[in-house]
Amino acid sequence: MVLKQEKDPAFVKFKGIEKRYGKVVAVKKMDLEIPEGSLVTLLGPSGCGKTTLLRMLAGLEEPTHGDIFIKGKRINDTPIHKRNLGIIFQNYALFPHKTIFDNVAFGLKYRSASKAIMKEKVEKALETVRLPGVGDRMPSQLSGGQQQRIALARAIVIEPDVLLMDEPLSALDENLREDMRREIDNLQQALGVTTIFVTHDQREALSMSDKVVVMKDGFIQQEGDPEEVYNNSINHFVADFLGHSNFLNAIVKEKQGDYLSVTLEDNTICLAVPAGTFNKGDKVEMVIRAQKFNLGYRADHVPEQGENVFFGKIKDRSYMGGEVSYFVELENKLVLHAINFVKRSPYRRGDEVFMKVMHEHCRLLKA
Amino acid sequence: MKNKSWKPWILLSPSLAAVFFLLVVPVCFVIVYSFWLRAPSGADIPAFQFGNYAKFFEDFFYPSILLTTLRVALETVFLCLIMGYIPAYFFYKTESKLKPFLMIIVMLPFWISFIIRTLSWINILGDSGLINHVLMRIGVIQEPIAMLYNEGAVIMGLLQYLLPFMILNIYVSLDGIDKSLAEAAKSLGCTEWQAFKEVTMPLSLPGVSAGCLLVFVLTCGTYLPPMILGGPGNEMIANLIFKRVIGTLDWPFGSAISAILLILLATIVYTYNRYMGISQIFKTLSNE
Repeated sequence: MVLKQEKDPAFVKFKGIEKRYGKVVAVKKMDLEIPEGSLVTLLGPSGCGKTTLLRMLAGLEEPTHGDIFIKGKRINDTPIHKRNLGIIFQNYALFPHKTIFDNVAFGLKYRSASKAIMKEKVEKALETVRLPGVGDRMPSQLSGGQQQRIALARAIVIEPDVLLMDEPLSALDENLREDMRREIDNLQQALGVTTIFVTHDQREALSMSDKVVVMKDGFIQQEGDPEEVYNNSINHFVADFLGHSNFLNAIVKEKQGDYLSVTLEDNTICLAVPAGTFNKGDKVEMVIRAQKFNLGYRADHVPEQGENVFFGKIKDRSYMGGEVSYFVELENKLVLHAINFVKRSPYRRGDEVFMKVMHEHCRLLKA
Repeated sequence: MKNKSWKPWILLSPSLAAVFFLLVVPVCFVIVYSFWLRAPSGADIPAFQFGNYAKFFEDFFYPSILLTTLRVALETVFLCLIMGYIPAYFFYKTESKLKPFLMIIVMLPFWISFIIRTLSWINILGDSGLINHVLMRIGVIQEPIAMLYNEGAVIMGLLQYLLPFMILNIYVSLDGIDKSLAEAAKSLGCTEWQAFKEVTMPLSLPGVSAGCLLVFVLTCGTYLPPMILGGPGNEMIANLIFKRVIGTLDWPFGSAISAILLILLATIVYTYNRYMGISQIFKTLSNE
């Protein structure tokens, strides 16, 4: 293998990018750098501007303000057909009137490749997506998952500078989505092509990205590697959007070593990790992930000095195969969500339980 | 369990009855009439003979009218196609808020009587019509230009009648094309025009094909524009039928001409369907 030169940390760069539709601002003064060879996910609810950002990079929308750079070159005025990008659309966008071969060869035809090279490259691309020998079929003869792989082959065969994927898995059903996600991930790593992946599915984002960019209302809320964004969410939105979080209002009491002690609404005291600097008396929000609780029967609870513990009654539960999701009602009517692995006998509705959580799993955010 | 497959037919039965009694039965009458004899006195005598058909092909007069009709129909289809595709494509592409309003304007002619619409062209193209009047007023011409009572005027009248059919047929077809297909083509290296040629245009062909056929068939059967806007040489086959049946009350011969037109159009539609493959194109396009 050829040794790669040092990777460009800002292979794709958005600088002060903004997009307005009349009075509606879809993307607000955004700066973002995407390192070479990485897979970056733009994650957010619909209407957060993630697709608009992708479409501006693709050249399908024009930014109202700001500049876009690929490999350090400003591409604002480069028309789409000269940008050398591979785009994967949500609905595959295969040409229904062309054979699979012609679909995949389409980009090569406009790069004036010779017949022989074209044939060789198309065959290689079809092998890469594990669909050799389907060249003479029509797109309608393939299943959804296969069509999406052909779309992938069509995009990578032109050796694009950047691969753009706009919710490519959302049209597939659950099981297929999982496979396809892994496949895209493997393919991206094998090819080393810089990839931008737009999704509203946190699991997709967390499982395959080198970097996750969480967006809302046209702003970047947080960017970082998946663990960072998941474990150290910097605000309520990110903590709420990724995974299942509980939010408890609290007031800062005092500093205790690395932790802060806080008073909750029902006057219980908890120790928690501050995300930021807080002073005594500050109103804060304590975030606890549903998976971080440990449940036990209340009768079995052995009190410990300085533990974070809640007592309540199982109000509702839903069995999800490997895990059980419990909704526990505390004495002050607050309902906490806990997800535990299935033990021998799951708790039942009405059971009195305690919920313990480690100090480092309680994080304090600005209220 | 009872077989309930006949149930949907109840919904269809009123229209089927209407089509049968109001269309199929009268057409059968026409075909029967076409074999009858016409006595010199003017009375129709029931018979079974091909004299009326033979009369049609006796000399070149009647077939030449048929050929004129086919030529005018092809010219109309061609012009409709060009003048219809462009607005249909505009409707497909535009994101303007005016789009519903503009669509209504396309259909507006349907709300005005066909005769009135056709007659109004006399006020525009006539010797003292709008165009000649304005041109003479500003001194571009001294004598009025003869724009009426020729084939051009007839085609003009046909166009204003048939354009909406063409536009709507093409638009419906275009509207079903996913816009990301053209975007995909452009991202793979096509210019706007190349993407149109490679993707949008071929995928709109079913609508183009249906629109062309509709315009062709409607033109072949129309008699008002040639009657009102055409001259003596611009008679089309439907005018001939009209004259035989209404003018000279020669039902047998009029019926024979009608039958000839019917057979010709049926053959054309069948062949067209077979080789242009409307159903085939649809099959390719539908995903399941």
